[in-house]
Amino acid sequence: MNELSDLEKQLVDWLADMNEDEALALAKRMLFDDKADPLRVLELCRLAMDIVGKRFEEGDYFLPELVLAGEMLETIGGLAKPLILSRPGEAPRKLGKVLVGTVHGDLHDIGKNIVCFMLDINGFEVKDIGIDVPVQKFIDEITAFKPDVVGLSGFLTLAFDSMKETIMAIEEAGLRDKLKIMIGGGQIDETVRSYTGADAFGTTAVDAVALSKSWIGAAA
Amino acid sequence: MTAASPTRTTDAKAAHDARWRRVMDCVALKQPDRMPVAMLATFWLAKYGDISHRQLMYDYDKTAEIATRAILEFQPDIYSPPIQGVTSGRVLEAAEFKQLQWPGHGVGDHQPFQYLDREYMMADEYDEFLFDPTGFYLQKYLPRVAGAFEGIQDMPVLPGLYYFRLLGGLRGFAKPGVRQAFEKIFKAAEEAETMAAHHLALTAKLADLGFPTAYLSTGVSPYDYIADYFRGARGMMTDLYRNKDKLLQLLDKSRIFLTRAIITTAKATGNPIVFIPIHWAPDAFMSDKQFREFWWPPFRQMLLDLIDADLIPMPLWEADCTKRLEIIKDVPPGKCIYWFERTDMVKAFEVLGDVVALRGNLSPSMMTTGTPADVDAAVRHLVDNVFNKGGRLILDCAFGIPDETPVENVRAMFDAARKYGG
Repeated sequence: MNELSDLEKQLVDWLADMNEDEALALAKRMLFDDKADPLRVLELCRLAMDIVGKRFEEGDYFLPELVLAGEMLETIGGLAKPLILSRPGEAPRKLGKVLVGTVHGDLHDIGKNIVCFMLDINGFEVKDIGIDVPVQKFIDEITAFKPDVVGLSGFLTLAFDSMKETIMAIEEAGLRDKLKIMIGGGQIDETVRSYTGADAFGTTAVDAVALSKSWIGAAA
Repeated sequence: MTAASPTRTTDAKAAHDARWRRVMDCVALKQPDRMPVAMLATFWLAKYGDISHRQLMYDYDKTAEIATRAILEFQPDIYSPPIQGVTSGRVLEAAEFKQLQWPGHGVGDHQPFQYLDREYMMADEYDEFLFDPTGFYLQKYLPRVAGAFEGIQDMPVLPGLYYFRLLGGLRGFAKPGVRQAFEKIFKAAEEAETMAAHHLALTAKLADLGFPTAYLSTGVSPYDYIADYFRGARGMMTDLYRNKDKLLQLLDKSRIFLTRAIITTAKATGNPIVFIPIHWAPDAFMSDKQFREFWWPPFRQMLLDLIDADLIPMPLWEADCTKRLEIIKDVPPGKCIYWFERTDMVKAFEVLGDVVALRGNLSPSMMTTGTPADVDAAVRHLVDNVFNKGGRLILDCAFGIPDETPVENVRAMFDAARKYGG
């Protein structure tokens, strides 16, 4: 991205610093009054999200900032997208594909949603297949989406067995060698990783990004 | 702790009192005669008794029988009341409760109930709740969380009634929706009474057999109350920025009515320990600054008020709260039990050992997937590094016995506690 104007830099800073009211007002002014290129505004949002993600990784930001950043991004995206003129353009390059779902029997999704958001702002193409996902749905979605990484989420202890069953089914379907599997959730640790046969485990969204980057070949 | 009944034998009374003293010694930071062991068995009772989760939730007698068998086998020093949330199927049904999915109502017969994280209060409703909490409950909150209350919002607004207007206002109670709500509420209340009767009968019976119950009342931190049961996770996290001042006001106000409710309930039971599961304190959930500004001050004041009322708060600090230890240390010594889930217990002992009794924390993954030898080693680790070094440890799993734990691992836990903990 070429050099930022003062106004553009201001938008990035306000978004990254969680100044929601100011940031949204400025984004609206740029889009509707100044007739700024909506793609450019979305790119500024991406720059701000990079800063948010970095601050999260460094322990300066926590879940509230990720959630608020996600909502600001959603709002500006909703304003900008209708203004984008259809034109041939190259699709943004993605680092790789990650499929994420909460395993069957478990209805929790807060952690999974945060992981998806962090993977998304870090450049991955993410497919979130929801909660309480049956084993067969994982197989079908993997077959169709062809992810590089599969993330299994679960908060309850019953998820240990659900994760194990899901991973066994992926293996039996002949898909195991084509992807890496990470598991995560409130009770997950190395003991559970070993029990389920996953490649790695994580307890934070930062872990999920680092693992995905390490497997897909980008610098973690 | 349950008051002595005439049917309690002298031996059982002595055993009951010795167990209770062991725990109270820990609270007072005195050396107990041996390390106490606690038991919180929720849906694990279904595994132990070989019944479905659904049956556990609906059959008070069967659950009581299984729980009694488990307590007689493992002989815990304190146990959590078995007739509680996991036996609430009939009450949930009668209340048409919407915040949980439970076996037969959204989850399978062999699954635990699960909470539905939603916005049960909208962001623009802070003022209404702050102005009149009871009115907000009647007009908005109760019909949203339990179908039995639907219609109650048509009741007359009570503070608007006076003199002849009070008599005229009575008409509001004749509205069909209000009548129907009251009829459903009465039925749900009767079921809640039935469950409570089973609960009290079981704790009395177990006391007569020599086993004190750990607590008979529960509480919630002001932050968790608003986050979990009103604003939902997303709503609460964005409120830290968007509705900061109103959130701080509501934290302060709810602290007062929650504390009063806890004290009233706990005093009525005669048992001083108040179990307070903590959800939103973990290291990963908010910054140190946010924790110090939003989470801790109202909860600390609640702890102080409970202590002033001669109660013993027992917060269960879920997940990893290592970074919070220095902050939550700021309570009077010898008055609380801090129960940790994933926080390293040795570290907790180092920081808090001279302030609070500790409870926990065998890992759920080890309990469910490990061997009895693994459990034995984990208990020994806690005894060697906490209890034998002067930590007033009440041994337990991280958050009760995980539902899937093999029975032999529970046996290993209790055996190892006696082998290593005196």
